[in-house]
Amino acid sequence: MSKKIVTIHSSAVPVNIENIDTDQIIPARFLKATSRDGFGKNLFRDWRYNNDDEAQPKTDFPLNNPKYSGQILVAAKNFGCGSSREHAAWAIKDAGFDVVISSFFADIFKNNSLNNFLLPVTVSEEFLAKVFAAIEADPKQKLEVNLAEQLVSLVDKDGNRAVSEPFDISSYKKTCLLNGYDDIDYLISTKAEIEQYETTHTL
Amino acid sequence: MAKTLFEKIWETHVVKTIEDGPSVLYIDKHLIHEVTSPQAFNGLNKRGIKVFRPKQVVATVDHNVPTIDQHLPIKEELSRVQVETLKKNCEEHGIELYGLGHPFQGIVHIIGPELGITQPGMTIVCGDSHTSTHGAFGSIAFGIGTSEVEMVMSTQCLMQSMPKLMRINIDGKLNEGVVSKDIVLYILSQITASGATGYAVEFAGSAIRALSMEARMTICNMSIEMGARCGMIAPDETTFTYMKGRKFAPQGADWDKKLAYWKTLFSDTDAHFDSEINIKAEDIEPMITYGTNPGMGIGISGHVPSLNEVDDKEKASFEKSLAYMGLEPGAAIKGKKVDYVFIGSCTNARIEDLRMVAGFVKGKQKASDVQVWVVPGSKQVEKQAIEEGIDKIFEEAGFILRQPGCSACLGMNEDKIPAGKYCISTSNRNFEGRQGPNARTFLASPLTAALAAITGEVGDIRDNYSAAVKN
Repeated sequence: MSKKIVTIHSSAVPVNIENIDTDQIIPARFLKATSRDGFGKNLFRDWRYNNDDEAQPKTDFPLNNPKYSGQILVAAKNFGCGSSREHAAWAIKDAGFDVVISSFFADIFKNNSLNNFLLPVTVSEEFLAKVFAAIEADPKQKLEVNLAEQLVSLVDKDGNRAVSEPFDISSYKKTCLLNGYDDIDYLISTKAEIEQYETTHTL
Repeated sequence: MAKTLFEKIWETHVVKTIEDGPSVLYIDKHLIHEVTSPQAFNGLNKRGIKVFRPKQVVATVDHNVPTIDQHLPIKEELSRVQVETLKKNCEEHGIELYGLGHPFQGIVHIIGPELGITQPGMTIVCGDSHTSTHGAFGSIAFGIGTSEVEMVMSTQCLMQSMPKLMRINIDGKLNEGVVSKDIVLYILSQITASGATGYAVEFAGSAIRALSMEARMTICNMSIEMGARCGMIAPDETTFTYMKGRKFAPQGADWDKKLAYWKTLFSDTDAHFDSEINIKAEDIEPMITYGTNPGMGIGISGHVPSLNEVDDKEKASFEKSLAYMGLEPGAAIKGKKVDYVFIGSCTNARIEDLRMVAGFVKGKQKASDVQVWVVPGSKQVEKQAIEEGIDKIFEEAGFILRQPGCSACLGMNEDKIPAGKYCISTSNRNFEGRQGPNARTFLASPLTAALAAITGEVGDIRDNYSAAVKN
């Protein structure tokens, strides 16, 4: 897992479907592994292949369409709903994405993404529509996702920000992502306070 | 200051709060299973640390286990390795495991409550989104990802931000043939699959108060399908009566002390909710889903929305969903043939669900072209069903009573619905491929599923209600 999120300049892969649940992102039959690795090849498995066969790709699915590429996945609202499986975030990250842009994320997926240095960027419906339209017009359309500035932009041919929108992230999580800190390190560092709390807490 | 049920529990579990950031939230009970725990144990091993409070962790196997011949070694290698890995990890870290064959084994959200592990006022987490089930006892219970499982294993704490608070009041008297599954499917059809995202939801009102614990669990279980962080119901006499005498419930003086505390767990009269929804119980009819998320449900007498009833922006997703289901806009679901009936899952595989189904099917035969799988939620449910003769009723009806596990709810083991087939299911998700690649799911109550098992098609239980209550 690459830690630390830096500013990302990339084209994007659009999946303009609402309510994409984590069963679509990674079907349950691929959850039998005991490590975090290798889930990327089964990302959106049943939307990518007919009859579960890699020799029969569904050519109209954007991940199979060579005109789309990049580190950014763009999806319609309520992305990542359903099962809490972190394997969904692992699969997206393992497939080479560092950012997911949507107008609405499910809670657990959002946490799982942040814990894996996969940045969920929530934008307005209007901005999302502009992103989809720009990619449709030019599949090589570049985007800039600037975490430090909390700004997502469509970039023009000269590399300038053409249309931008700010996005929210908690200042705690932002610090973690920019510096490569994780919650487990933080929690372990507070163990003395946790033990102190336990002396007064009754189950 | 007036407080909500959620705030009362939350505040007693905050170890510290980071300025402008999340809180360190203490977790009382951590439930684990074979699928979402191995990578967390790997993380601990890499750090060279042990589980911090192993006595507060309970493990079982459910997601990935076969539901026949559980006494034999698991045939599928990856599944077997996962189950064995959990056993090894639990041994190394001193965690109680209810493995295959153990009298307490079962679906993690069924065994917690039935063993008295789940108690009011607790914080409870599990690497499974349906952890919201436990909120029916007046606890804060929610699903987490594997990195968070690792956090709880390491420190018994999680980093959490306070969610917004929503209350959904269901008042009045339920119509004949309408059960708690219909209530939650109705709420979902009204507020959609993302209607409660970002909220902790408290279910309240006279219709909720009148429900059994099993029925309350069904509702809290599916609060995640609205996107809710958790669902909860304030504990009352129904809760305390259910809990008393259970294996790990408090006893004697400890019971009295805890009970006094539990009785303080309710939302104060003037407590503030960020959102409040009121529903009349009388408006709810038996429900059925037609689409590929649990918010796509209708009353059994209704029709799939026609295209002009769907928002332009949502049309593409709607049409994709109907194409997957092999249904037309405007169609009725009532009368639709089904190929499979699945009665099981953490939503509806408790003893009360099996009794409900048995009460209706007693003396009847399943439709000849329908396969009916009944998968009890736990070894205890299975045992009780056998003691009550429910197994015989199912056998005579031509149903197959399998062994406990998640089974065809998520199709992770071999219990999959074949491609293109229709399954009426008491489970919680009708996502594409959820019950098997290209399987088609209608979510419904155990009563509506039982009716379909007998007639071979989706029907209105109210047309048969006298037969249902007679037994």
